[in-house]
Amino acid sequence: MIRIEDYIPIVGAPVIDDLKLLADKLKGKKILHINSTAVGGGVAEILNRMNPLLQQLGVDSHWGVIKGGEKFYDVTKKFHNALHGKQVEITKEEFELFIENGRMNALEMPLSEDIIFIHDPQPITLIDKKNNNKWIWRCHVDVSNPQKQLWQFLNEYIKKYDAAVFSAPAFSQQLPIKQYLIAPSIDPLSDKNKDLPEEVINSVLNKYQIKKDKPIITQISRFDRLKDPVGVIKTYKLVKKYIDCQLILAGGGASDDPEGLEVLEEVKSQIQGDEDIHILLLPQDDIIINALQRASTVIMQKSLKEGFGLTVAEALWKGKPVVASNVGGISLQITHKYSGLLCHSIEGAAFAVKQLLNSPSYAKKLGENGKEHIRNNFLLTRHLRDYMLLFLSLYHNEDVVYL
Amino acid sequence: MVETTRAKEPFHFCTRMNLPSLTGLKASNLEELLSLIREVSGACIYHHTHRFLQQHQFLSPEPPNDFAYWVREVLGEDELAERLASIDVMQFASIRELRDKIADTIESFINDEPTAKKKFARKGEEMILIKSVSFVAWTKYYANDLAEFVDVIKKITIDSIYFHVFESRIRLGKLTNDFSYWLEFSLGEKEIAKKIAAFDPYTLTLEDLRQKIVSIIEKRIKG
Repeated sequence: MIRIEDYIPIVGAPVIDDLKLLADKLKGKKILHINSTAVGGGVAEILNRMNPLLQQLGVDSHWGVIKGGEKFYDVTKKFHNALHGKQVEITKEEFELFIENGRMNALEMPLSEDIIFIHDPQPITLIDKKNNNKWIWRCHVDVSNPQKQLWQFLNEYIKKYDAAVFSAPAFSQQLPIKQYLIAPSIDPLSDKNKDLPEEVINSVLNKYQIKKDKPIITQISRFDRLKDPVGVIKTYKLVKKYIDCQLILAGGGASDDPEGLEVLEEVKSQIQGDEDIHILLLPQDDIIINALQRASTVIMQKSLKEGFGLTVAEALWKGKPVVASNVGGISLQITHKYSGLLCHSIEGAAFAVKQLLNSPSYAKKLGENGKEHIRNNFLLTRHLRDYMLLFLSLYHNEDVVYL
Repeated sequence: MVETTRAKEPFHFCTRMNLPSLTGLKASNLEELLSLIREVSGACIYHHTHRFLQQHQFLSPEPPNDFAYWVREVLGEDELAERLASIDVMQFASIRELRDKIADTIESFINDEPTAKKKFARKGEEMILIKSVSFVAWTKYYANDLAEFVDVIKKITIDSIYFHVFESRIRLGKLTNDFSYWLEFSLGEKEIAKKIAAFDPYTLTLEDLRQKIVSIIEKRIKG
């Protein structure tokens, strides 16, 4: 089991002292997180890591999961797409099913803790059971351009909460309640991010028959058009005209996703016999991803749309120079020319990659800056601190709070 | 080695943690920005003039204010960006004065260059206004003399140094930074108090600031 003290060598003892200090101020408060799944997905992943650490710090934090049948999750999938701005028709019956599912869950949950922390829209209607306790709604998705009808529906619930939390400034909305900005984080001690011995990295490269004789450009992401894998290949081809290099496009999760398989075929059709392009459909194995990132010379994230884009934080944490699109939360992670290079087009991305491959010392400096930026702003310890501050903020209205 | 005196009162180090709060307000052009700057809370002005320093604490002199960054990167008004970035924050004793200076700078630029009003940010590139809610708490660290003081300075969080040097001076309206005040009035170390107060911490990285303070005090201890 990971202990909170294990983070001291990474962030320093005073940072952990601050966390203990905050936890102490929360003594006597009982906190309940609620989301819709115990496994799978980013929210469950982060709660699986955060909740035990909060408990170690002495915070009385618990985690509950709502129940729902297949039909409920079909509706919430529609909600998810509509919040991302896709035009999806949601019927009156579907809204009713959503409300009814919330009502059934509310009957089974006492919800009497001091602070109820609701994650994402699925359990949002539980707020109707609010008593004299404090309620927070945490929105993990990009709601910068939500479908109006759905947002109006959700807004009726959101305004009953004490506070809402968003991941990026662009996601904020005009709301009559307090709104906070809390970015997601990566865990430096997880399999995806921990240090790896050179032998492990080499064995992963051997497994996928990738040689280290040429610079490696990599993009890790599922095969989804919004991640623009075809654009990455086009970028690579522009770079390849001048610099002999290779490309890794690696991602998982396409097997049960018809659109993913279609995109994968499109990507494969772009290879045109180039043996330096490695398309890897990966199993769920964080060590492999970690090793591929560490073996890379330059990492790309050429998404067309992005929620927060934590793959950028993962790459920067490994000290890698990153070329990424200026979309979603990526600009919070990369300051152009200081901690990476931002781009808006295939040509711009190719120019940036060439710069980095031709100037290793510049690339190294960007990677080093990027790593420090992640250490200061996007590690799990910062996330723990923000959550505890959020809990404390519910009991204060002033802008400077003396604890 | 100089024997240093014991302080009349120990220095008790605070830590300060910020939680960014979204205001739901955004500006698309200079006129909107100017009007919002005049009406938002001091916590908002503080956030946008100090966030960069904290989040990019390892970087060397970078415009320590978001207004300058947005005006340059999004509106492409380099001259105004330069004027905003070079506002000498050390001259102002309060956020109110700093706000007035920023607003006057933008207003005077708009008057000189009326066409600048016609430049709009693209959708998604608006200046989104955020405020900082600060939580201040005492740490377990105290110093009774220079040696103890420098020991703590070496290991305390950057947030703590930040609080005592920046936030207590401008946001809480003290006339000098906490370190200089204690060094002068509790230890009688007028000279080093003056040296630390004379830094322009806005043109240093926070780690450089820590090193500078350490070096001045160690030099004094060694005589």
